[in-house]
Amino acid sequence: MIKATHELHERRKSRNFGVGLVLIGLIAVVFALTVVKVTRGDPMQAFDHVVRPELEIAE
Amino acid sequence: MADLSINTPSDYEPSFGDYVALLKPRVMSLVVFTALVGLLVAPGSLHPIEAFAAILFIALGAGASGALNMWYDADIDAVMRRTAKRPVPSGRVAPGEALAIGIGLSGIAVVMMALATNLFAAGLLAFTIFFYAVIYTMWLKRLTPQNIVIGGAAGAFPPMIGWAAVTGDVSMASILMFALTFTWTPPHFWALALFTKSDYGDAGVPMLTVTHGRRTTRVHILAYTIAVAGVALALALTEVGGPITITIAVVLNSMFLLGAVRIWKRDDAAAEADNYLAERRFFKLSLYYLFLHFAALLADAALRGVMA
Repeated sequence: MIKATHELHERRKSRNFGVGLVLIGLIAVVFALTVVKVTRGDPMQAFDHVVRPELEIAE
Repeated sequence: MADLSINTPSDYEPSFGDYVALLKPRVMSLVVFTALVGLLVAPGSLHPIEAFAAILFIALGAGASGALNMWYDADIDAVMRRTAKRPVPSGRVAPGEALAIGIGLSGIAVVMMALATNLFAAGLLAFTIFFYAVIYTMWLKRLTPQNIVIGGAAGAFPPMIGWAAVTGDVSMASILMFALTFTWTPPHFWALALFTKSDYGDAGVPMLTVTHGRRTTRVHILAYTIAVAGVALALALTEVGGPITITIAVVLNSMFLLGAVRIWKRDDAAAEADNYLAERRFFKLSLYYLFLHFAALLADAALRGVMA
């Protein structure tokens, strides 16, 4: 049976934990930014291959 | 070329701290502070979440360029005592991994900057990473003794990016904030070079003290100090300046100029007699110099906020 208490496993565990926290942080930032921009009414569409008259600046 | 294999245990897996060290956290703190000042003194405002994201992704971009620098410079870092313990030359992070992290984080930082703020700020961040990693690290660092000047330019962009995050533009004030760090860097580093024994020569990196001699270095310190004093006073007179910035600029630049003249007037024999006291004092002052100038801009912005 392999004992999983090698120093390497400890280091791997702390690294995975750290990377995990960073990813959760990134999700939180993207979500918070989305909430800010949507509630402020920023344009949620962009020009693509479809005509979007609502994005035309009124003259 | 240094043999890196002796330091590279094949079964070593990097810890999270090794990844953090790859992003040069100490450099990042200066980037965060100056970018924050640029963002806070700019006309207009961002939502606090957007401002937080802007600073976060400027810092991430700076970290990414640090990782690219460590990947490319592993051979010279391994030779110099100050840098030999960095993650790549010490074998804790594989060179390919450092490159992948550098490129990956650069992409994330630039794209997220564009989404959080605007395309101009994101473009400026992308250019800064390119400038530091390619123009400075890969091209000019090993080629010219003016490498300190060029590296200083890369470190000077953050307040401009912070400003652009708010305004989507550049202005005289943001250019002068850039110029302040840009012209401050050479006297700061060359004063240090005068009183420390560096091993840049062993690594084949040209330093002004070695290529053109210590007399020339002293002249260069004075020339750049005159330049930075002019920039600091001009910045104090723009719309971001105010009574606090003007006072700080006058006091600090008088002291800085006096220090530079002292360094310029003496030779190495005189410097060795008092163990480089003037050079050490000038270097110590230079550490406070930049911090206090940017702190003064922040204080004046707060003052304007209170008065309004």
